[in-house]
Amino acid sequence: MLASLHSANTSQAPVAHFSSEHSCLSIDHFSLAYAGKEALCELTLSVPRHRVTAFIGPSGCGKSTLLRAINRLHDLNESVTHSGQITLEGQDIHDPQMNVTELRRRVGMVFQTPNPFPMSIYENVAFGLRLQQRMPKRKRDDIIEWALTSAALWDEVKDRLHRSAWQLSGGQQQRLVIARTLAIQPDVLLLDEPASALDPISTLKIEELIRNLKSELTLILVTHNMQQAARVSDYTAFLHQGELVEYGPTDQVFTNPRLQRTENYITGRIT
Amino acid sequence: MTSASHTVSRRRRFSRVNDVWPWLCAASVALSLLMLGALLTLLLVRGLGHFWPATLEEVTLDSGETFAGQAVREVALPQRAGDERLYFTGNQDIEGVRWRWVAIDDIAESAQPDDLIRLDRSPWGDFIGRLVAIEQHDQRWEGDAAWQRLNALLVLPASQRQDSQLLLTTVDGQTLRQPLASVASAQAPNAMSVWQKTLAWGDAVWRFLSEGPRAANTDGGVWPAIFGTVLMVILMSVMVTPFGVLAAIYLNEIAHQGRLTRLVRIGVRNLAGVPSIVYGVFGLGVFVYGIGGSLDEWFFSDTLPSPTFGTGGLLWASLTLALLTLPVVIVATEEGLARIPEAQREGAVALGATRLEMLTRIVLPMAAPAMLTGVILAVARAAGEVAPLMLVGVAKLAPQMPIDGEFPYLHLERKFMHLGYHLFDTAFHGEDVQAAIPLVYATALLLVLIVLVLNLTAIFLRHYLRRQRGNEC
Repeated sequence: MLASLHSANTSQAPVAHFSSEHSCLSIDHFSLAYAGKEALCELTLSVPRHRVTAFIGPSGCGKSTLLRAINRLHDLNESVTHSGQITLEGQDIHDPQMNVTELRRRVGMVFQTPNPFPMSIYENVAFGLRLQQRMPKRKRDDIIEWALTSAALWDEVKDRLHRSAWQLSGGQQQRLVIARTLAIQPDVLLLDEPASALDPISTLKIEELIRNLKSELTLILVTHNMQQAARVSDYTAFLHQGELVEYGPTDQVFTNPRLQRTENYITGRIT
Repeated sequence: MTSASHTVSRRRRFSRVNDVWPWLCAASVALSLLMLGALLTLLLVRGLGHFWPATLEEVTLDSGETFAGQAVREVALPQRAGDERLYFTGNQDIEGVRWRWVAIDDIAESAQPDDLIRLDRSPWGDFIGRLVAIEQHDQRWEGDAAWQRLNALLVLPASQRQDSQLLLTTVDGQTLRQPLASVASAQAPNAMSVWQKTLAWGDAVWRFLSEGPRAANTDGGVWPAIFGTVLMVILMSVMVTPFGVLAAIYLNEIAHQGRLTRLVRIGVRNLAGVPSIVYGVFGLGVFVYGIGGSLDEWFFSDTLPSPTFGTGGLLWASLTLALLTLPVVIVATEEGLARIPEAQREGAVALGATRLEMLTRIVLPMAAPAMLTGVILAVARAAGEVAPLMLVGVAKLAPQMPIDGEFPYLHLERKFMHLGYHLFDTAFHGEDVQAAIPLVYATALLLVLIVLVLNLTAIFLRHYLRRQRGNEC
């Protein structure tokens, strides 16, 4: 099965393209290596604005690596090298002119395990705001309420905003982390398997939240869960061994994949 | 068949080991606790018991000789059967000695008369005997009236009772005139109730804690030593904490994690094991003679050749101990930093925090309990350290306190007293070893208590910080 997968001609892989006014983020021949070991190879795709795009693929296929590259989180690791371009709204994110903290403010990221800071719920959401310009407390309170409401958490925490965030349940913590990111009003929200550590009910809440958020911003979701990708995403990219295999509207990728190996993966014949 | 039974018996032997090993572990814990308990009990009983007003005995020997004193302890006689008892008899000005060994067989009679009194004087130390009269100008009180008058006068400060004289007599009939100004306290322990003894005990403990030493450290209190110890430890903490924390941040957060960093880390860990006297030698050579000598040449040349900073002092002692405890702080802080999950750092960075903001707002607050642990360990080590201090500034008897009302109030160049060194000096350098023994126990107890209090303060602070963050980290 794997042999057939490798023999497939990747150059023929059809890739969805969007005109620049619909594209929010575009990745152009992007490669990345950890200490010389290639993790991403010549990826090219563009992500549509105000849509949910899912990256799927087996473990180690590079989908999380790609997500972290969009936020330039690899900057923290000296052994990472890259080539090619990632442009956000027409701006190269690796451009020396690009302020990396500004980039991260515009591209929010939510991680696999909820990582609220060891402070109160209020302070968690205020964290990103406090890094920016000073603002009156009233305005900050309004933004925090808005962010928590957007993350569908306000009703659950409004009476205990000043309690420790670590006392919340896992699902609440993950929604708090989303609220914390929303508070700084990013253009793009990257979600790295946001529900993989949560129970089914919390997972449903997160999925619903993702669907609701796409009117506000562009979302990119990395997930292991095929059904989740099918349920929440508008576009799906299938990555395998650092290469983009297939990319297109979710309906099409799931019901009528162009390539055999996409179908094999979706139907569970390769992992 | 045979092999099967063999495995069964072997398994059974194993199961016996399985039953026994928890008990072995528990026994080790019990033994450790027992030894610790024995240490603390010994210090408590000997240290605090010293201040309890001891019963005075009037002893008549077979030879007809009489003396009065406090029974201290008994040991077996080396040559013949029976025990020998040590009495503290005081009266050094009359007898020439303060202690007397008596074979118990030689004692004809031993009584505890209520009118025996004990005076605490300086010079000459304790007097044990009877009060005959008290004279003030041409007035004279005798008997019970004299005792009441004495107690009334002792409440006044020494300068206001210059004009009074005590008429004293020992139990074997020698008389003595004692100026009242040199008497610190008087008690008749045999006539005291338990409550009065408790009050007297509290008073004696307080005087031990609040007064300076007398009679070449074999009598009096330890206040300057307490003060010196605590002040030095505080100065040491103030110096070591910023350096240790910054060094740990560099090693853990900033430095490239290569071979050199690993080497530095191993080096730092090993520094913690260097014998403390080596740090003392370093402090003497570099801080005292090197830096201190240069400071004297540049700023205090008018007082040379008598040194200001070019001799041991509070500053150099604190610096030396800060150097000694630096590895402890670095290692503890680094461990705390390494324990912070990467997800927390990434979470902060992903929100647009710079590296400095991530450090100051997330990493350092989370590592604060670990830093405090480092400081706790440093304080515990520094407070008990004596060897290096002997080289860089501790004094047997410091004439002035390191803090006083004279500008600049904190005198870093002065020599200071330290409980650990005071203990050593009292135990081995006093002229009267017998008198020093209970003081050694009391001082040791105090040293343990001070380390305990300093540690508890830091532990409560750490606990508070953790509680504030809502959870363990």
